[in-house]
Amino acid sequence: MLSYIGRRLLIAIPTLIIVSIFVFSLQKILPGDPVLAMAGEDRNPETLEYLREKYRLNDPVIHQYFYWIGGALQGDLGISLRTNQPVTQLIAAKLPVTIQLAIMSMIFAFAIGIPMGILSAVKKGTVLDYVANIVALSGLSIPNFWLGIMLILLVSVNLGWLPASGYEPFFRDPIRSLETMIMPAFVLGTALAATLMRHTRSAMLGVLQADYVRTARAKGLSEKAVILKHTFRNAVLPIVTLSALLFGELLAGAVLTEQIFTIPGFGKLIVDAVFNRDYAVVQGVVLCTAIGFILMNLVADVLYVLLNPRMRQAL
Amino acid sequence: MTLKRLMATLLASAALTGSAMAVDLRIGLQEDPDVLDPDQSRTFVGRIVYTSLCDKLVDITPDLEYVPQLATEWSWSEDGRQLTMQLREGATFHDGTPFNAEAVVANIDRSQNLPESRRQSELASVTGVEATGEYEVVFTLEAPDATLLAQLSDRAGMMISPTAAEEAGLDFGNNPVCSGPYQFVERVQQDRIVLEKFADYWNADNYHFDRVTYLPIPDTTVRLANLQAGDLDMLERLAPSDAPAVQQDESLIYEDIVGLGYQGITVNIDNGPNGDNPFGNEAKLRQAFSLAIDRNAINEVVFQGTASPGNQHVPPSSPWYVQDFPVPERDVEAARALLEEAGVDRMAVEAQVPNNPVQQQMMQMVQAMVAEAGFDLSLKATEFASMLSAQTAGDYQLSQVGWSGRTDPDGNIHQFVTCEGGINDSKYCNEEVDRLLNAARETNEMEERKALYAEAQAILNEDLPIIYLYHPSWIWALDNTIEGFVAYPDGMIRLENVTMAE
Repeated sequence: MLSYIGRRLLIAIPTLIIVSIFVFSLQKILPGDPVLAMAGEDRNPETLEYLREKYRLNDPVIHQYFYWIGGALQGDLGISLRTNQPVTQLIAAKLPVTIQLAIMSMIFAFAIGIPMGILSAVKKGTVLDYVANIVALSGLSIPNFWLGIMLILLVSVNLGWLPASGYEPFFRDPIRSLETMIMPAFVLGTALAATLMRHTRSAMLGVLQADYVRTARAKGLSEKAVILKHTFRNAVLPIVTLSALLFGELLAGAVLTEQIFTIPGFGKLIVDAVFNRDYAVVQGVVLCTAIGFILMNLVADVLYVLLNPRMRQAL
Repeated sequence: MTLKRLMATLLASAALTGSAMAVDLRIGLQEDPDVLDPDQSRTFVGRIVYTSLCDKLVDITPDLEYVPQLATEWSWSEDGRQLTMQLREGATFHDGTPFNAEAVVANIDRSQNLPESRRQSELASVTGVEATGEYEVVFTLEAPDATLLAQLSDRAGMMISPTAAEEAGLDFGNNPVCSGPYQFVERVQQDRIVLEKFADYWNADNYHFDRVTYLPIPDTTVRLANLQAGDLDMLERLAPSDAPAVQQDESLIYEDIVGLGYQGITVNIDNGPNGDNPFGNEAKLRQAFSLAIDRNAINEVVFQGTASPGNQHVPPSSPWYVQDFPVPERDVEAARALLEEAGVDRMAVEAQVPNNPVQQQMMQMVQAMVAEAGFDLSLKATEFASMLSAQTAGDYQLSQVGWSGRTDPDGNIHQFVTCEGGINDSKYCNEEVDRLLNAARETNEMEERKALYAEAQAILNEDLPIIYLYHPSWIWALDNTIEGFVAYPDGMIRLENVTMAE
């Protein structure tokens, strides 16, 4: 098992290198001069030139890349052009926010998506199934930003139950932290719940037709035992993979949702950084989310093996 | 019985002092400011925070007159090359460093010589600053500079603690130490900036909040929702489309004032090969284009009447506005006639527009209006940083762009239309305009300056390197418990004498 994980991590290295080259070149292709974006309205030519020199923007692109990757290997992702803060510090500040939002969203997604998926598979073809499908489709089709604004108007402005936006670190004030995160997590969670529901449903339907399920029923097991013990456990594999991937995506930041609810996570950081041509921040964040995504992929595969004994022989 | 009463009294007084102690003000900003170092910073929102954090040598009134802040009085020498300032005694920086002439000298030195300083061009005329007494400084200038006081009323005049600046160097912005009514507590990027009252402030009695928190909330709808939900006490830059809703809401207060800036269309006249086309070469065509636009209609439709239609670098309400050239009424016939004079029937032009819905809607109106006069205007929606690059490089024909505005009129015009102007992206060049605008810089006599600007305007009104469209208003929405807020045309939020009713 350990050697499997080790091998997977080794394979991740070339992926990361390709990602870093890709991000770096994309930024250079983007029109817009970072120095112009940071020089201010006056655009004093002397300041522009000084900043170009300072941030090595006059060096050949290849040199710039190696300079950056060299720093990154030593844990130095450079300095934000916009705020003068080290990028690692910025990422360290945003990561807990994004992780908290991701976990809370996943909780919503599981709590809604999986029971709904099971139910609609078991009750296939009934009114319940249709209702669940309609709900899932709506969850997928309603844009996050719209749902977000509607929730703010309803829950915060009209009912006054929750703060409209903002963020409080969990360890400073847990209650307030949950209050501010619950709406954005719900918005993100409903969209994911829809995906989860659809996959749970189809996985369940596949397993429900298996011979061993018929056998289980024939043995006279209760319907509950048949569904939860024999069907769901076998259907859970694709759901685990999907969940890990969805979680990985959440780590990349939920741009629109973070923007609407003013949550200072990765999504907002990267949007602001792109608009300000804050190269170091964009590169740092993308690299970081790529690592997160690769790790989640690995977690999915490991879980897969743990949950499915048959896979162990393949290692 | 007595014990009970005593307890009750104690509890009641504790509750009273409790509520009196915690007067917090929460202000919603449209963007997250950049680095909080007056020498390095460049964003408008950053200046809003500085207004409470960092005192300046001079301040302005809503009518743009200069009033004392850290300098109590000042005088110009006969030849206009020396400015002597008397400084406030008893002012201190937040770290306890006393404010005096030495501090001013150190500050001006940093603004001029720190390589990262964005203030260098603003103080270009200053050749030296000397402490001539503990509370007196003399600025020596290369040539008379009428704009210096305006610069000293903004970031170039903000005084930071020389001790802290020395220690922190370029990282000063992570923990700024100034001498304003509020001192820095903490900042969480893209989330909040917290200031608390500075007890030793020289004018502390007129500042009534114990804590001021700035919360960047970029989405205008969400910002307003926060105010309505009671999570904010005031917000800046309300969207004009929300103005009617706020005006009708009795729990909110609406405030606006026409700003110092403008929005217009910069024409590429001679910036590379793209300027070499009939529209760049023939002033008549630009005049026709300008005449085809109904500026009032744009204001009513896109800005709910909150903006001020304009045709000069300053708004019609400004004392510097040249009344001889009023905002033109739309005249399609006259525009057609000008096209004919130029020997053109119809012509295609392309404008780059920032890719935000308001500017695009505004330019679509322009597009429809000029089409009637004979211009086939195509719009190229461009993300702002890319647009700016294209504009500097001359890679454009027309560019819809604006300027946030400066207190002194020179800041709105000189660098845009003089031959060597730092942000003259049009590359318009006219020696007579240069002479007039330079002369207007070199005298402090308002009437004399106004006459020079009027002469320059007569030429610019014909040549139209920039077709001015309107002057946006600053709009604030406040909770109705807030009293004493005064709108300033520079868009800043000054908290002196602002209170919150219980």
